[in-house]
Amino acid sequence: MFNKIKHIWHVIRRLSGDDAYERYLTHHAQFHATMVDAPEPLSRKAFFKLWQDKKWTGINRCC
Amino acid sequence: MPKFLKSVAWFAVAMLGAYALSGIALNRGESINAIWMVTAAVCIYAIAYRFYASWIAAKVLTVDETRATPAERLDNGRDFVPTNKWIVFGHHFAAISGPGPLIGPTLAAQFGYLPGTLWILIGVVLGGAVQDMVTLFFSTRRNGRSLGQMARDEIGSIGGTAALIGTFMIMIILIAVLGLVVVNAMKHSPWATSTIAATIPIAMIVGLYMRHIRPGRVLEASAIGVALLLLSVLAGGWIDHSATLRVLFDHEGLPLAYAIILYGFAAAVLPVWLLLAPRDYLSTFMKLGTIFLLAIAIVVLQPEIHMPAVTQFIDGTGPIFGGKLFPFVFITIACGAVSGFHALIASGTTPKLITNERDIRMIGYGGMLLESFVAMMAMIAATVLEPGVFFAINSPAGVVGQTAVEAVATINSWGFPVTVEQMEQLAKDMGESSLFARTGGAPSLAVGMASIFASAFGKSLLALWYHFAIMFEALFILTTLDAGTRVGRFMLQDILGNFNQKLGETSYMPSVILTSGLVVAGWGYFLYIGVIDPNGGVNILWPLFGIANQMLAAIALCVATSIIVKSGKARYAWVTGLPLTWLVVITSTAAYEKIFSDDIRVGFFAAANHLSAQLLSGVLSVEKAAVAPRLIFNQHLDAYLTMFFVFVLWIVVIDMINISRRHLQGKKVLASSEEPYVKTALE
Repeated sequence: MFNKIKHIWHVIRRLSGDDAYERYLTHHAQFHATMVDAPEPLSRKAFFKLWQDKKWTGINRCC
Repeated sequence: MPKFLKSVAWFAVAMLGAYALSGIALNRGESINAIWMVTAAVCIYAIAYRFYASWIAAKVLTVDETRATPAERLDNGRDFVPTNKWIVFGHHFAAISGPGPLIGPTLAAQFGYLPGTLWILIGVVLGGAVQDMVTLFFSTRRNGRSLGQMARDEIGSIGGTAALIGTFMIMIILIAVLGLVVVNAMKHSPWATSTIAATIPIAMIVGLYMRHIRPGRVLEASAIGVALLLLSVLAGGWIDHSATLRVLFDHEGLPLAYAIILYGFAAAVLPVWLLLAPRDYLSTFMKLGTIFLLAIAIVVLQPEIHMPAVTQFIDGTGPIFGGKLFPFVFITIACGAVSGFHALIASGTTPKLITNERDIRMIGYGGMLLESFVAMMAMIAATVLEPGVFFAINSPAGVVGQTAVEAVATINSWGFPVTVEQMEQLAKDMGESSLFARTGGAPSLAVGMASIFASAFGKSLLALWYHFAIMFEALFILTTLDAGTRVGRFMLQDILGNFNQKLGETSYMPSVILTSGLVVAGWGYFLYIGVIDPNGGVNILWPLFGIANQMLAAIALCVATSIIVKSGKARYAWVTGLPLTWLVVITSTAAYEKIFSDDIRVGFFAAANHLSAQLLSGVLSVEKAAVAPRLIFNQHLDAYLTMFFVFVLWIVVIDMINISRRHLQGKKVLASSEEPYVKTALE
């Protein structure tokens, strides 16, 4: 039961983009793991700005 | 489950669906329970999804589970990301479901509950869901290319341009009609106006919170926003009861229309994080919550449908909009049955997230089925009302008469009992001054929802439920208005960028202001005309929107049909060819009637000539004579616009037929733009 609620919470966070920054950090760590002078990951604020701007270019809402 | 048991179970579903459907279709005389409509819908969706959609996926599209999708091949962690299918389904559904499926069925209920219900069910199974799924599939095979690009690649540049122009025009008309719906819901309603106005600062608070106070905490911010929205519904009630405050929010239609136009411009120019993005979160949460609540309430309460199966208005004399059952029920209900707009979502954003081709059936076909279910619930909410009440709310004053006594007399003469006292009591219960001639569908849907909610969750709160429903509708209507204006602006900047590079830059402020202004002026014009039109405006704008939306659906199906033929599966071309043919027939017939009909409530030219004659002979009142020239001009404009839509549609259809014929004759045609096969490395 508890696991189920946890899973639903995970899905809600994922759908709403609440966990977007955490996923970005994971992606960043994996992608740059082998590089010597890997760039610092973006701050939460800077990342969120990019993420939101990207989301709202193009058609993403309908009638 | 053993195969035999499975077959038995599916047979039972089929039988139950057939039983429920025959129950609602053959029922005459006594009223029918809404639960039968829900049962019929769910069984039909299940059968269609399990058998028809699977068959299309396997035979027509030949979905290949071993083939790498663009999300896998081009994974960049940004737009191309392999994503869990439930997450993609959620995103896709949030994107396709707007206010359309709530409005169309409400208006089409003037024909009775049966025609609209049958069209929603048949239309989605054979048309809308097929269009969404095949478009999603073909775009996935083409690295997520947009409908316009696919039309250019597969049919030719004319098809591509047609899709682009079609999209832009739909946007303009859609926003105008949605604006009109909100204006009609706010007219002389301080409660609704103050609540809807409050959604703007609430969205901004949410935007600031997730941008600056706690960056990226989307759920926290949304929870605060939803709480504030519910509070604003309560606060609206207090304002309505305060003699000094209520006058601030008590307005005629025209000032409210100007306010919406001004708001639309501000929303298009302001940064997205401040208004558009937070409003979208709130409206998505509200929408999912309310639809879910409505579904539960209908199942728990099992309300009786009071509207007859078929009304006398199938002969074209209906008060809400003029025109016969054929073709106008098919034009009025676009979203929920077939919506061309979805092809823009199904090509572009969604395909870039799909992990495996086998998810396409669930996301494309399944997503549209859910949207159709929303339309069914809107139909139920409209038809549980007493027909007399339904027509009193939705009929414009220009048709039934200016005063309550006149309106009631007209509606009674149609055989639908309703009294002035009944309407006054209803308005009082809902916390409104009057519910006569509140056209556009939102107030009647809100009354229907409020009655259902109040019966299921507490009768004393009718007025609160009513204004909650109005707030919920207005919230995502305004989201569509914001997002649509922005998309229109991008498209216009894209076009202008061909002539002047600077104008094409999306961050160049003079260009932003110019193009936003042009888009807002476009829909603002139609909104203005809709407000000054004594017949309510919805009766003109909604069919125009329907024709445009069905035209876009036909273009998407043309692209799909030509791809199916070119891939050597001409024997299956009927899968998209059948809905395409139907759409071409209904849009062409509807357009023909809108242009050439002698009925002044159907034909644009007939209406314009009638009004001109009235103006010349001096029978119009001073007020009506003052706006008549503008209405006449608008009727002409709408007629030419309709001609243009049909012209564009036929060009694309002829192009598609030519390409298919040449291919079948073995002549050279544009090569398929499908990306080559790459084996997937994912599990």
